[in-house]
Amino acid sequence: MTPRTPVARIRGLGSAKEGVRNWWMQRLTAVALVPLSLWFVVSILSMVGADHATVSQWIGSPLVTVLLILCIVALFYHAQLGMQEIIEDYVHTEWLKVTSGIVLKFAAILLGIVCAVAVLKISLGS
Amino acid sequence: MAQDKRPLSPHMQVYRWQLTSVLSITHRGTGILLTLGTLLLVYWLLAIAAGPGAYESAQALLGSWLGKAVLFLWTLALYYHLCNGIRHLFWDAGFGFELKTVYASGMAVVIATVVLTVVTWIIAMSMPGGGA
Repeated sequence: MTPRTPVARIRGLGSAKEGVRNWWMQRLTAVALVPLSLWFVVSILSMVGADHATVSQWIGSPLVTVLLILCIVALFYHAQLGMQEIIEDYVHTEWLKVTSGIVLKFAAILLGIVCAVAVLKISLGS
Repeated sequence: MAQDKRPLSPHMQVYRWQLTSVLSITHRGTGILLTLGTLLLVYWLLAIAAGPGAYESAQALLGSWLGKAVLFLWTLALYYHLCNGIRHLFWDAGFGFELKTVYASGMAVVIATVVLTVVTWIIAMSMPGGGA
């Protein structure tokens, strides 16, 4: 028996402050994606059948450039968090779980940057 | 062993399907589909960045029957994940846990998904170059 309280025993063994970060960021990106994805679908709908010049000009307007990059960041962040959760729930082999998590994160960052650079290239006139 | 008497987690083979569990797993399923769908976004943006030639090929590919089928699935998955995601956000905020409400919001998600998808595609097909 020790007279120490449960809190005293776990103090100093690590921070409890960041424990819900992934959960919280998944919700924040979800909230951001509600208006962003609706805007994206409506915009794409207005671009059906448009030629290259029209689409480029649309992406090139500053507001659209900013919104598209916001979309891309929120989307790939959200997708990465969601897929990570699925991996953790269904992949039980430790090395495979860790490896697929790393590959997933690298892929999300790579594809997100590719998309953002493509948008910037179109927007800034190549 | 006493442990053998403990309740088991649902065995999918004998588990009775219900709206709530189907919607729950569909949220994950559509999440996976939408993650794969980001590759379409990457391809589309790269094609625009590459120039008119690449963009025309992308439009032709996405406008083919296979492209349209994939885009239709993508729209369906997006609207489902969006509507059910909003349902999840209400739960996270502590609302809508009554059994009746859970089923009602679930039905609302299904109806909203179908309506939004159909309306989107009616608009898309009626656009010039929409290929109706």
